[in-house]
Amino acid sequence: MSENPFSLWVYLSQSPLLWLTVTLLTYAVTDAVSLRTQRHPLANPVLHSMWIIGAFLLLTGTSYTTYFGGAQFVHFLLGPATVALAVPLYENRKVVLAAILPMLAALVVGSVTAVASVVLLAEAAGLPRGVILSLAPKSVTAGVAMGISESLHADPSLTAVAVVLTGIMGAVTVTPLMNRVGITDFRARGFAVGVAAHGIGTARAFQVDAVAGVFAGIAMSLNALVTSLLVPLAVTLLVR
Amino acid sequence: MIASLSLILLCQLAGEVFVRGLSLPMPGPVVGLMLLLLLLLARDRFADLARGPLRGDGVENASRGLLANLSLLFVPAGVGVVQKLDLIAAHGIAIAAVLAISVVVTLLVTVATFLVASRLLVRGRGAP
Repeated sequence: MSENPFSLWVYLSQSPLLWLTVTLLTYAVTDAVSLRTQRHPLANPVLHSMWIIGAFLLLTGTSYTTYFGGAQFVHFLLGPATVALAVPLYENRKVVLAAILPMLAALVVGSVTAVASVVLLAEAAGLPRGVILSLAPKSVTAGVAMGISESLHADPSLTAVAVVLTGIMGAVTVTPLMNRVGITDFRARGFAVGVAAHGIGTARAFQVDAVAGVFAGIAMSLNALVTSLLVPLAVTLLVR
Repeated sequence: MIASLSLILLCQLAGEVFVRGLSLPMPGPVVGLMLLLLLLLARDRFADLARGPLRGDGVENASRGLLANLSLLFVPAGVGVVQKLDLIAAHGIAIAAVLAISVVVTLLVTVATFLVASRLLVRGRGAP
């Protein structure tokens, strides 16, 4: 083995061990950097893990399929994590019930805006139909969005990329945007980022304010329910 | 811990069976979410259900652990961008612009609706 380091690389690069380790290690480092910068929005760990791992795959000529052989163990947990959203919803049921009417109004209007705005803008930009369908569920958590995309016969991997980009954009813009327009109600701020930018936005909200985080988590759970019903309907109405 | 994870997986599995069985256009984990929520609410009503993972914060702790690292779970899907480089070259700027505008619009519309609805509600309660 010591005679030929190349054969060691060939062996390792095909095994799930290497790619699972790369995924966890890269995230651990980028998350530590994000913590060191007081969770600066531009130090988003998902954003930096994405390009670092992506560049590593391109440099080593590794296919995404090979990478996913290891990373699938992390990816699989998106489903159970969606089910786990029941717990914050259950634990905050009193807060939810107390603000149920503003939340339901914001949820319905926000979900419709998220789906309709992206479909209409994408049509105006002249994007192909397959791309528009893949972008439609981008504001909902990845596991659910990919499920919706699959049921529309769109491209779930493009949907996943759109979901992650949307989450990062929402997490980066929410604090400066809300400060600029002078919104001080952290329930409303959190709820908005949960509807617009799912888990990545929720993680950001928890860093800014605990109440905002709880409302973002609730918004994300409820939006998973609403969007999965709404997108198939919106697509039949809006996509030509 | 294992029992709690099993319960979460069981909810997801039941959701998947339900959705595929009735060919509904929604993801299985979403039905699993509703199922787990119903189980937790039912546990408070019927003491007999409070056993195994449903007792002493078992399933709650497992869920918190999963959700605390939610960002990590998006990484493998996000790295999928390497498969889409030709699409990004062709439409990347348009896609990024569409997503950015849509996020800002959604944030503003949602926050405005929340505030207007809660003010209307307070005013409605204040009126005789």
